[in-house]
Amino acid sequence: MATATRSKPEHVSLTTQRKPVTLLEAIREGLWEEMERDPSVFLMGEDIGAYGGAFKVTEGMLDAFGSLRVVDTPISEIGFTGAAAGAAHMGMRPVVEMQFIDFIACAYDMITNYVATSRYRGSGAVPMVIRGPSGGYVRGGPFHSQNPEAAFFHTPGLKIVYPATAYDAKGLIKAAIRDDDPVLFFEHKWLYRRPQLREVLPEEDYVVPIGKARTHREGTDLTIVTYAALVHKSAEAAEVLEKEDGLSVEIIDLRTLLPLDDEAIVASVKKTNRLLIVHEDTRTGGIAGEIAMRVSEKAFEWLDAPIQRVTAIDAPIPYSPPLEDYFLPQTDDIVKAARWLANY
Amino acid sequence: MANRTPTKRAAAIPHGLDREQLLDMYRLVRLTRALEEKLELLFKQSKVIGGLFRSLGQEGESVASAYALRRRDDGTGDVLSPLIRNLGSMLTVGARPDEVVRQYMAKGDSPARGKELNIHFTDYQRGFIGQISPLGDLVPVMAGVTLTFKQRGEDRVGMVYIGDGATSTGAFHEGINLAAVQKCPLVVIVENNGWAYSTPTRMQTAAKSFTDKAAGYGVAADRVDGNDMLAVYGAAKAAVDRARQGGGVTLIQVDTYRRKGHAQHDAHGYMDPAEIDRWATSNDPIDRYVATLTENGWAQAKELATIDARIDRELDEMIAGVEPSPLPDAEEARTDVVSGGPVAAPWYRLSPPDPTKA
Ligand SMILES: Cc1ncc(C[n+]2csc(CCOP(=O)(O)OP(=O)(O)O)c2C)c(N)n1
Repeated sequence: MATATRSKPEHVSLTTQRKPVTLLEAIREGLWEEMERDPSVFLMGEDIGAYGGAFKVTEGMLDAFGSLRVVDTPISEIGFTGAAAGAAHMGMRPVVEMQFIDFIACAYDMITNYVATSRYRGSGAVPMVIRGPSGGYVRGGPFHSQNPEAAFFHTPGLKIVYPATAYDAKGLIKAAIRDDDPVLFFEHKWLYRRPQLREVLPEEDYVVPIGKARTHREGTDLTIVTYAALVHKSAEAAEVLEKEDGLSVEIIDLRTLLPLDDEAIVASVKKTNRLLIVHEDTRTGGIAGEIAMRVSEKAFEWLDAPIQRVTAIDAPIPYSPPLEDYFLPQTDDIVKAARWLANY
Repeated sequence: MANRTPTKRAAAIPHGLDREQLLDMYRLVRLTRALEEKLELLFKQSKVIGGLFRSLGQEGESVASAYALRRRDDGTGDVLSPLIRNLGSMLTVGARPDEVVRQYMAKGDSPARGKELNIHFTDYQRGFIGQISPLGDLVPVMAGVTLTFKQRGEDRVGMVYIGDGATSTGAFHEGINLAAVQKCPLVVIVENNGWAYSTPTRMQTAAKSFTDKAAGYGVAADRVDGNDMLAVYGAAKAAVDRARQGGGVTLIQVDTYRRKGHAQHDAHGYMDPAEIDRWATSNDPIDRYVATLTENGWAQAKELATIDARIDRELDEMIAGVEPSPLPDAEEARTDVVSGGPVAAPWYRLSPPDPTKA
C-alpha cells in the first residue's frame, strides 16, 4: 500500500542531526517520524507537495514519501476534510493542512456536523488531524491571522491542541496523529521560526500527552493560565513583574484546549490564590470565560481576587500595525492586569 | 516593440469601440503594470505592510473584461468583484491608484481605513465590491447582487472573477449554480493563468476546460485568449449584453499566464523559467495590444509614449503625496464592528486604568 520511504533531501533538517530546531522544524520532524512509523499516516492539503506548504512545514516530504502519501489537493477545504474522514473510516490516519487556519471556516460544516459527531452517531472513530498556521502579530490582516479555537472548543467530539514550544509541538503532533479522535492542531505562525524557541529535541521517540497542561514557570503570587504565543508574552511580563514589583508569577501553558486540564489550573490557583487568564482570541465567548467558570466552581474559596482576563478585543482582526497592536493582547497589558490582581 | 507609424488608412475598430476608448484601455493597462511596479519598489523598501501580489502578464484581461461594463459613479452602474490579481479591473471601474497604495501601506485614510489590505475594498457608488481572502465566496455574493438587479427590474450587470484554483471551492459551485437557476445577469470570468499558488491547473480540475463546466450548470460559455485584449473585450461585451437582455449567466474562460510567483515572497522554483520567458517575450498582453493599435493604424507609438510618461509622472507624484499619510489611530480598531459605536476597550487599556469598573 504505502510507498517505501526514500531518502531525505539534504536541505531538510531533522533531529537526527542533533541541532536545535525551531517550532516549525519540530512539527515537520513529528510528521516525518510518524509517516515513517505508520504507513497509514498520510498528508493532504494545498501546495504541500513539491512546494512543501505555504510555510514549508512539509518540505521534502513528497520526495521522501511519494505522492500517494503526500497528496496535493485542489482548493477544496470541505472536500479534503471530508475525504480525510472517509479515509479515516477505512483505517488510515490522515493529517490535513489548512494553508491558513482561517480557511478552516470553509470546512466548518464537515468538521462540526460530520467529523465531530461520528463516534457518537455510531459511525465510528475518526482518527484524523487538521493542522495549520494560526494567530496574529504578523500584519496578516483579517483572513491570515485568526484564532478560531473557540468555535471548535464548543464542539463536543473534537480535541484541540495549540503548542507553545518546539518540544511540545513535536510531542503533541505525534500524540495527535496516534489519537483515535479528530484533533485540531493549531500552529502559531509567530512562533514558527522564532530563534528563541529553538531547542535540541530528544533523539528517541516521545509523545506529549493530549489533555495535560504544563508549568512554564513556577511562581507563588499569581497564576497566569495561557497558551500558544501568549505563553511567551506572559513570560516576558513575568520577568518585568519580578524585576519591578518583586512578584513571583506562575505560568500554566495549557497545550491542549480541549479537553481542558482543570486539575492543573485548579492546583496552581490553590497555590497562588490569584488567576489571570491570557489568550489571543477575542474576549466574548473565548476560552477564558470557561476557565474562569471552572475555577469558580472548583476553587472559589481559594481566590483572593476576582479572576481577570487579557484577550483580544471583540472585533475582527485588523491589518494596519497600530490597529493590530491595539487589537491583540500585548506584554504591557499582561503586566498591568497582573499588577492590579497582585495588589487587590 | 517596433515603432510603426500608420501609413495606410486605419482598419475598422471592432466591437463598437472608438479610438478614444482604445487609448483609454491602453492607459489603464499601462497604469496597472506601472502601479504594480511602483508597489514592488515600495515593497522592497519595506513600505508595503504585508504581502504583494502581482498580475504581471495578465493585466490585459483584467482591464479589457471590466471595460465591457457600464461604468458610473453614482451607484447605478454595473458591479464588479475582483480577485487578488484584478488591480486592472479595479482601476478600470474607477478605483484610484492612490487608494490602492494607501491600502497596501495600511494608511489610516485608505478606503478600508487600515482594517483590510491590498485591493480588498469596496465602493458601491463606483460599483465594486471588495473580495475577502477565502476563495470563491464572492461568487454567491455576486449571485445575490445580480438577483437584486433582476428583482428590481434594473438593467444592471455583475461581473465576478475567479481563479482556476478557486473554481474548486464549494462556494464557487453553489454560487454559479444559484445564479444559473435564477438566470441572474452575472458574468463569471474564470482566469486560467496556469497556477494556483504552486498547483498547476491540471491538479485543480480533471475537466478539459472550464467551459465544459458551464454546460453542467446550464449557462452560456465562451473561451478566449486572455492576452488578446480586444478578444477579451469582445467576449466580455457579448456576455454583458446577454446578461443585460435577460440571457442569464455566462462563464468566460480567459487563458493567460502568471509570470511571477504567487506573491512577492514566493521564489516560484516550481515554474519553468523558459516558459515564463516565452510568455514574456512573445505573449505579453501589452506588447500585443500595442502591436494591434499601431499596425491597424489606430494609434501612433508617439501617442502611446506620451501616455506612458504621464502615468509615470503622475504615479510618482501620487506616491510622494501618500507616503506622509499617517497610519490609523490605534483606537480605530474598536470602531465599525457593529452599528452604534465602538466596542469596549479592555480596562487595562484605559488611561488611567480603573480596574474597579472593569
Ligand atoms: C478557501 C481558501 N483556501 C485557501 C486559500 C489560500 N490561497 C490564496 S490564493 C491561493 C491560490 C489561488 O489560485 P487561483 O484561484 O488559481 O488564483 P491565482 O492566484 O492564480 O490568480 C490559495 C490556495 C484561500 N485564500 N482560500
